[in-house]
Amino acid sequence: MKFNTIKITAIAALASLTAFNCSNDDDSNGPKVPEFAGTYVQEDQMARPAISTVFVSMGNKDAFNVTVPSKQAAGYQAAFQNKLLALNPGYTTNALGMDAATFTGALATDVLTVTLDGKTTFFDGTNVLTGRMLTDDVIDVELLLIFGGPMGTDNSTLSSDNVDANDKPFSNTFPYLAAPHM
Amino acid sequence: MKKSKILLGVAVIAVTGFFAIAADHMDAPAVTGGSNDITDFYAFQGQNTNNIVFVTNVQALLSPTDTQSAKFDENTMLEINIDTNGDAIEDLVIQAIPKDGKMYFFGPIAPAQTGLSSTVRSTGMASNVAITAPGANAIIATNAGMSFFAGPRDDPFFFDVDQYKAIIAGTATGFENPGTDSYAGTNVLSVVVEVPKSMIGGSGKINSWVETKRKQ
Repeated sequence: MKFNTIKITAIAALASLTAFNCSNDDDSNGPKVPEFAGTYVQEDQMARPAISTVFVSMGNKDAFNVTVPSKQAAGYQAAFQNKLLALNPGYTTNALGMDAATFTGALATDVLTVTLDGKTTFFDGTNVLTGRMLTDDVIDVELLLIFGGPMGTDNSTLSSDNVDANDKPFSNTFPYLAAPHM
Repeated sequence: MKKSKILLGVAVIAVTGFFAIAADHMDAPAVTGGSNDITDFYAFQGQNTNNIVFVTNVQALLSPTDTQSAKFDENTMLEINIDTNGDAIEDLVIQAIPKDGKMYFFGPIAPAQTGLSSTVRSTGMASNVAITAPGANAIIATNAGMSFFAGPRDDPFFFDVDQYKAIIAGTATGFENPGTDSYAGTNVLSVVVEVPKSMIGGSGKINSWVETKRKQ
């Protein structure tokens, strides 16, 4: 009898707790939101352009996409270095003064660094990796750092693709990207 | 019969490898050509220099015809990750999930947990915006200093990827001048979010990246 009372009290307490939770949700401010319950599991990721596609071998691409950035350098720096030296067997240093280990160590943690204090650009001749603008010729920057050598003057037929801008102009106002081709 | 099937399989793998070179367009077998395939990620100072703009594009190489029927996947979350203390682990996320013609946004807010699994941070709901139809003027939502857009856009990426592939394959020794933009005339599905810098650390540097995550 006493045990039953405890059980009923517990159920009542649980019920009131649940009711409180429900009403709490109902009381939340702002527009109604559809139900988005459940767990979402990672399938693809990217930060800097063309990192996975240039430096990760085909057999590792799916695995790289589900390796958190804080674990990428440990797992992939050596493979990135091998890939770099396969692409450019004559690599010594690049225009940033980075040797193969330093360069690939920086690349293997695939995050895009963004400054909150000024100009955001992949590379503009002065600022290096402070963001990525729509107009940045990121491929030429990467080709130059891979093939261009310490002065940026080596392998001139490989260090630029000679496509310097998008096929449509961007807008200065939100949402910045050009309207789709119709 | 069996042999031709095997040969076809080899050819498909070879073709997949052949096309797997771009910003991140069709980068890996498990995601290539899928609604979860990220093509590009941009982060830059906004027209209002107190803001940062994050652009995430998915679904590569949509022709104008493809664009008419292209849809965001309601089971795919786009999650922008922001590391504010330099350890390459996310301290804040901005989540975008489509539902019934609208894109819903949550954050910037601390994730429930870091890493490969996420739950929607519904307490951090920021806004929602109707997904812009192909050919229509861009629909923009604003709230608390933030701006939101979702819909088809011109692919902003430019690269002579075809010549790069020829170089890698050994059939060319260098780029052409002028080169040819392999992405000219193609579209992507874009999600653009502009947020005040004060919401993502205020000053200094952040690290950022984007993920697609599928509902289980």
